[in-house]
Amino acid sequence: MNLLSLRGVSTFYGAIQALRDVSLEVEEGEIVTLIGANGAGKSTLMMTVCGNPRARSGTIVYDGRDITQVPTHLIMRQRIAQAPEGRRIFGRMTVRENLVMGAEVAGHTDIAPLLDQVCDLFPRLRERLTQRGGTLSGGEQQMLAIGRALMAKPRLLLLDEPSLGLAPLVVRQIFTAIRTLNRETGLTVLLVEQNAHQALRLAHRGYVLVNGTITMAGTGAELLARPEIRAAYLEGGH
Amino acid sequence: MKSALRDACLSAAIALGLFAPMVGLVLDNGDQGLVLRGRPIAAAVLVALVFVGRFGMHLWADRPGKEARAIRASRVVPAGVNKFVAPILLGAAIMLPLTGSRYYVDLGTLVLTYVMLGWGLNIVVGLAGLLDLGYVAFYAVGAYAYALLAETFGLGFWTCLPLAGILAAFWGVLLGFPVLRLRGDYLAIVTLAFGEIIRVLLINWVSLTHGPNGIGDIPRPTLFGLRFGMDDGDDTFAGFFGIEPQTVHRVIFLYYLIFALALLTNWVTLRLRRLPLGRAWEALREDEIACRSLGINVTNTKLTAFATGALFGGLAGAFFATRQAFVSPESFTFIESATVLAIVVLGGLGSQLGVALAALVMVGGLEMLRDLLSTIGEQMGSALFSGLAGDLPTYRMLIFGLALVVMMVLRPRGLVSGRTATAVLR
Ligand SMILES: Nc1ncnc2c1ncn2[C@@H]1O[C@H](COP(=O)(O)OP(=O)(O)OP(=O)(O)O)[C@@H](O)[C@H]1O
Ligand SMILES: [Mg+2]
Repeated sequence: MNLLSLRGVSTFYGAIQALRDVSLEVEEGEIVTLIGANGAGKSTLMMTVCGNPRARSGTIVYDGRDITQVPTHLIMRQRIAQAPEGRRIFGRMTVRENLVMGAEVAGHTDIAPLLDQVCDLFPRLRERLTQRGGTLSGGEQQMLAIGRALMAKPRLLLLDEPSLGLAPLVVRQIFTAIRTLNRETGLTVLLVEQNAHQALRLAHRGYVLVNGTITMAGTGAELLARPEIRAAYLEGGH
Repeated sequence: MKSALRDACLSAAIALGLFAPMVGLVLDNGDQGLVLRGRPIAAAVLVALVFVGRFGMHLWADRPGKEARAIRASRVVPAGVNKFVAPILLGAAIMLPLTGSRYYVDLGTLVLTYVMLGWGLNIVVGLAGLLDLGYVAFYAVGAYAYALLAETFGLGFWTCLPLAGILAAFWGVLLGFPVLRLRGDYLAIVTLAFGEIIRVLLINWVSLTHGPNGIGDIPRPTLFGLRFGMDDGDDTFAGFFGIEPQTVHRVIFLYYLIFALALLTNWVTLRLRRLPLGRAWEALREDEIACRSLGINVTNTKLTAFATGALFGGLAGAFFATRQAFVSPESFTFIESATVLAIVVLGGLGSQLGVALAALVMVGGLEMLRDLLSTIGEQMGSALFSGLAGDLPTYRMLIFGLALVVMMVLRPRGLVSGRTATAVLR
C-alpha cells in the first residue's frame, strides 16, 4: 500500500506557482528520490507534504488519511519526520538536547533507547553529546539533523539534500546509514538530492522535477540509463 | 601595546568631544536668567576614565591564553559560578533584614522587584528569543488590576495577587496574537507600541483609572490575616505577637514577600526549562523553521512564552501597587521596560544568576554609589561629590548604556554566559 501519495498538487508562493499538478507515490519500505535543477520545486514539494506552505489544490494522502489540511504540527506527529534543507539544528543547544527535542515533540517518553540507536548509527554524535550544536562540523551537523529526525521514530523520513556541502566520504557514510535504516527497520525515505548519481543508485525509484512539474519517473536504474538524465544531471558529476 | 595606546588616545579624544559639552557645561538659574557654568573637573575625570578603560580593555583582550578560552567557550559548561555565587547571594538575601536597617531593606525590596521583573522578561527574551520592549505594560496591568479590584470590590491582596497575574497573562496572549508572525525588530516595535498604548490608556480612561491622578489608598498586604498597623489591636501583627508595633515590620514583610515572589519566578522558570515546553521556547529562539519541521506548535509556544512572562510581570505589578499603596501611569514609562531589558541583556540572555547579578549591580549598586557620593560630599564639604550624587539619577541611562557597551566588549554573552544544558546524563 502507498504510504504517501500526492495527487494533482499545486503550491503557490503568493502569485508564484512553485508546483504544478504534481502526482507522486511512495510505498511503504521504499526509498524514493526526487531530483531536479535548482529552483525546480523539490524543497517546496517536501514542505508541502508537511503543510507549510499548504497545497492550493490537489490532495495529499498519508497512511490512508487525507492530510492536505491538517496543521503542520499534527502532521509531524503522525510519524513523519523531516530533516529540512540547510540542517537547521539548534545552534546554542547541546547535541543531546537537539536529539531529545526530536523525540519529545513526537510524543516519545522513553528517550534513552532512541538516543542509543541514533548514536549507534552516527558514533560521532555520541562523542559530542555535550557539545553545542553550532560548534559541530558541517558533516556532523548533517548527521545531527538526520539523527534528530530519526529520534521521532518515523515511518516516513523526508530528507532534503543531506549531502549539501559535504566531502564525498561523509556523503557515502550518510547514504550508507540511510540504506541500513531502510533495510533493517523498513524505514520509508523520500530523498531530495542534487547528487543525482548516488541518489539514483541508492533509491528504489526516482522522480524528476522540472519547473514544478514531474517530467519523468522510474526505477533508479532506469532513470540512470536514460540519456536525457545523463545529459542534464549526471554530466561531470558522480 | 603601541596600537593600544594610540587607540586609547583616540577614544579619549572622542570622549572629550562628547563629554565637554554634555557634562562639562551646565545651565544654571542665575540672577539674570540662565547662566552657563563650566564643570571641567567632572568632564576631565570622565575622559580619563575612558582612556584608562580603553587601554585596559586592550590589555585584557590580549592577555595570554586566548585560544584556550575560545575552546572553553565553545563547550556548554554547567556554569561553574552558579555553584557558589548563587547560594551566597541567596543567603545574603535571607539575612539582609537582620541588619535591621530600613534603608537596606527598602533597597533590597527595590532590587528584588527588578530581579523578579528581569526573570519574568527573561522567559520571553532570553529563553524564547522574542524581543519585547513593552514589558512594563504587564507590570502596569498587574498593578492596576490590584488597585482597581481593591477599590471596586474591596478585595484583599492575597485574592488579587493571582487575579492580577492571570489578567496580565491574558494581556500577554492578547499581545501575542497580532505579533505571532513578527520577529526581531518588527516585534520590538510592536511591543514598544503596546507598552505605550497601555500607558496612554491608563492616562486617558479617567472614569476607570482616575487618569494621571492615579489610585491611592491601596490596601496593604496581610500576613495570614494580620495587618501591619501602628495600633495594637488583636488583628495586627504586633498585637498578636505582643510586641511593640514598628513600621519596619511591614517593610521587612514586604521584603520577604517580593523575595518569595522572585523565588517563585525562578523556580517556575527552572522547572519549565526542563520540560518540553521550555526546550521548545529555546528551540524557537534558535530556529523557527526547524521548530515547525520538527512538529512544534509554534503558535502555542510563542503565546505561552508571552503569557508566562506577562504573568510574572503582573505579579510584580500587584506587589508594586501594595507596596506603594498608590499607582499612577507615571510609574510605567518606557524607561522601566528599557531598564528591565538592560538587566536581562547584561545578565546574559537566559541566565537566571546573571539577571540577578545585573539587577543587583544596576539598581542596588547605583543607589549605593549615589549614597556613597553624597556621604563623601557631606563629609568633605565638596560640592563636586554632592553635585554628582544629585545628578546620578539623571545619568542612570548613561551608566546603563556604558555598562552595556563594556559588557559587549568584555563578555558579549552577558555576565553569566554558560548556558546550563537541560537534558542531562541519565
Ligand atoms: N518562500 C518563498 N517565497 C517565494 N518564492 C519561493 C519561496 N520559496 C521558494 N520559492 C520559489 O519556488 C521555487 C522552487 O523553490 P524550491 O526551494 O522548492 O527549489 P528546489 O528545487 O528545492 O531548489 P534547490 O535545489 O536550489 O534547493 C523557486 O523558484 C523559488 O524561488
Ligand atoms: Mg531545495
